Amino acid sequence: MEKITTIKSAAVLVPIANIDTDQIIPARFLKTTSREGFGEKLFYDWRYEADGTPKQGCILDGQSGSILVAGHNFGCGSSREHAAWAVHDAGFRAVISSEFADIFRGNALNNSVLPVQVSEAFLESLTAALKADPEMEVCVDLVSRTVSAEGVGSETFPIVGYKRECLMKGYSDIDYLLSDVAAILDYESKH
Amino acid sequence: MDKTLFDKIWEAHVVKSLQDGPDVLYVDRHLIHEVTSPQAFSALREKGMKVFRPQRTFATCDHNTPTQDQDKPISDPASAQAVDTLARNTMENGITFFPLGDPGNGIVHVIGPEQGIVLCGQTVVCGDSHTATHGAFGNIAFGIGTSEVEMVFATQCLMQNKPRQARITVDGRLAPDVTPKDVILYIISKLGTGGCTGCFVEYAGEVFRNMSMEGRMTVCNMSIEMGAKGGLVAPDDTTFEYMKGRRFAPSEEEFARMVPQWRKLKTDDDAVFDVEHTFDAADIRPMATYGTNPGMGMAVDGVIPSEAVGCDSASFDKALAYMDFRSGERLVGKKIDYVFLGSCTNGRIEDFRAFASAVKGRRKAPEVTAWLVPGSKQVEAMIEAEGIGDVLREAGFELRQPGCSACLAMNADKIPQGKYCVSTSNRNFEGRQGYGARTILAGPLVAAEAAVNGYIDIWKK
Repeated sequence: MEKITTIKSAAVLVPIANIDTDQIIPARFLKTTSREGFGEKLFYDWRYEADGTPKQGCILDGQSGSILVAGHNFGCGSSREHAAWAVHDAGFRAVISSEFADIFRGNALNNSVLPVQVSEAFLESLTAALKADPEMEVCVDLVSRTVSAEGVGSETFPIVGYKRECLMKGYSDIDYLLSDVAAILDYESKH
Repeated sequence: MDKTLFDKIWEAHVVKSLQDGPDVLYVDRHLIHEVTSPQAFSALREKGMKVFRPQRTFATCDHNTPTQDQDKPISDPASAQAVDTLARNTMENGITFFPLGDPGNGIVHVIGPEQGIVLCGQTVVCGDSHTATHGAFGNIAFGIGTSEVEMVFATQCLMQNKPRQARITVDGRLAPDVTPKDVILYIISKLGTGGCTGCFVEYAGEVFRNMSMEGRMTVCNMSIEMGAKGGLVAPDDTTFEYMKGRRFAPSEEEFARMVPQWRKLKTDDDAVFDVEHTFDAADIRPMATYGTNPGMGMAVDGVIPSEAVGCDSASFDKALAYMDFRSGERLVGKKIDYVFLGSCTNGRIEDFRAFASAVKGRRKAPEVTAWLVPGSKQVEAMIEAEGIGDVLREAGFELRQPGCSACLAMNADKIPQGKYCVSTSNRNFEGRQGYGARTILAGPLVAAEAAVNGYIDIWKK
């Protein structure tokens, strides 16, 4: 798994609450049996008309960066990991929101995308600052568990110690589970 | 210390606990389908591994499958490939698979309980957020991502942090026109689409105790729509009665031995929840949604509000603009184009009984396209055996073949852009039922009334 320590980048602002995984990646793109190529389908129906022509005035137009800043409750709905694959494949390594849906949070962590949960107040200030200066740099530091931006200040974000270490070292849960199959066999023998 | 039902099941499944980390949790039942499993099988193959405990794994195809001509090859090549890949992967790994047309085939969350695969006090996972359905039997059941599907394939375990716990109590008696779907839509409208994020929910109180298993499944199914990872109901005689004698259920003798154990699966009197919500059954009316998340729900005979829990005003306005609705308008009288009865939320026999009872002796509105899609082959068979099929056909309806269908429109059952669909499914997200489709979530009685009238109305019987 790809390692994450510090991410310094311009941010893509999508200040909409309750962005569900059907918006992140519409279901009709889930027929493929591979993990590749989902980045270009990210937020597809917000970006394109039914006939595939780009939508005028799309919220994502002209924005770039490796940090996504979204409204409250990001990633709700379907458990499709394709949503995390799409976010990662589109170049994002962190998503900042005031809340994440549980399954999306887990999927993101398993795909080297850091869910950065901040307070409502911090998200509001950050959103306002990004509206005023879309080029503004945002810094997410996993080592110190802080997110900061000039003029906005900094805030600590929660992450389980085990997961933080996994991301910093590039380890995944499956490596851990396979390292102690004896414990699983022992559990099975007792139940 | 007094424990919750959730605590008891969780603790019985902890293989080991990590310091400042998750628990390694053993998985009793792993349900899989064609959309979220292929990448996990591929990753397993790359590691040179096979599924660790195939006898705990059960597979069906449901999302990509057509609801007509199931005896013919699937015409969409991408969908056909997804289904064929599942057939190959399950065969290579010795996993029980219910292929298209098999009497055991159907939507994963309908067939799990129906086949007796899912019992009580178990951990049940599936790469599908509506896995919460199986909590109706007193299980810790939740949806997982494909990386986690791979973990369960490889080790029969997952690494999970124990979630916070909420209890939702509904006491009192429901009015005759209020269905389990209305109960859960009502709860979600009060708590918001992210209102239980980070929590596992226990549903308690008179209303759930008096509910059938089908009803409890409808309720637990939509736990995810308020952000909860799962929801559960303590098992009781209603549960045991439903499970008894099913294909994969324990033999009669073993079953009788297990019932006393299952009866212990309940929250102790003094157990403490992180969050408690209490509602009165008398306040619950038949419901419908007006926006683009399941928390944007209202009494069907009410007025579209100007705000929703957990939704800022810009996001609220965006949702109403998508639906082409305005605050202060009534839903009653709104013209609709499609009706969808089905899905893992409302595709069970009880839902078809309710729908048929409402349309019996009446006629479908000619301008309405109605897709009535049983949740499984077994539901389909029961519909015909009980004579419900005839009632529906006499009222001008056509029955389709089982699958997820228009719930997420991965097959050909798509609602056209701008059209309104009264849907008994679980999500009214933008584009969920097709590009630009406008979804109004409701229970089977509200859906039936809309199908007969061509517009939204209260249940008149």
